[in-house]
Amino acid sequence: MNWTWFHRLASPPYIFALARRLTPWFGWTSGLLIAAGLYGGLVLAPPDYQQGDGFRIIYVHAPSAWMSLMVYTTMAVAAAIGLIWRIKVAHAVAASCAPIGASFTFAALATGSLWGAPMWGTWWEWDPRLTSELILLFLYLGYMGLRGSIEDTQRADRASAVLAVVGIVNVPIIHYSVTWWNSLHQAPSVMRLGKPAMPVAMLVPLLIMLLAFTLFFVAVLLVRLRGEILSRERAASWIGEALGS
Amino acid sequence: MTRFFDMGGYALYVWPSYAITLGAVVLNVIWARRSLSRARAAARRRLAGGGSGT
Repeated sequence: MNWTWFHRLASPPYIFALARRLTPWFGWTSGLLIAAGLYGGLVLAPPDYQQGDGFRIIYVHAPSAWMSLMVYTTMAVAAAIGLIWRIKVAHAVAASCAPIGASFTFAALATGSLWGAPMWGTWWEWDPRLTSELILLFLYLGYMGLRGSIEDTQRADRASAVLAVVGIVNVPIIHYSVTWWNSLHQAPSVMRLGKPAMPVAMLVPLLIMLLAFTLFFVAVLLVRLRGEILSRERAASWIGEALGS
Repeated sequence: MTRFFDMGGYALYVWPSYAITLGAVVLNVIWARRSLSRARAAARRRLAGGGSGT
């Protein structure tokens, strides 16, 4: 078995160059898909029979919530790889994830609140889904605060990685909270076993938005990753070359 | 067109939701670019100063 691909993935100069090359592809594809998803969600999708046009919040709420979980999972997996195999690039990926995840967790909470107000008659409830999602925001903020408080990058990487890995228990709790406990929040309509509980005209824009946000995450991650790699490669000779262009 | 902006009476909830989320998208682009250019400037300073500094 040829393992060179694996070693290349851990090589900072290789990843730095690859990230620069891939960013525009992910960025522009995601931009086009967001435009298509917005048009589909705001114009083409029919109003819901119960929630009228209010349900259209789903096209920004669900992708934000998806991001909050997917980014955290990426962060925790990268942190674990960094801890176990002591791979600097993996720690750089984890560090890049946190601000992205935090901002979309905030968006998920805020749009959820804006959806809850007219539909449930309350902006906030200490409900399992809402509370665990709020804890996720605090995990992201704690992770960033911890990193910010430790000057030495290597020590910051290791300490924050432990926090990220431990915090992963919250991810299944968020996902299954609506099934395990009585929750105000509705059960999943897409991320579930069997067929999605939604007509196609409503579902397609949502799937487009989910894909668009995922690609957007990769694009932003790749930009941040280059910065994180630069700050970890103190005196490497390839840096002068990389900065030159 | 007015009907579109009115969102069946839910305008006050739908549009702020879209504004917050798209705001998060735009801010992420700005923040990521800024963090990269800061790291670049720091690396340039390190190279010029012979490896010291942050």
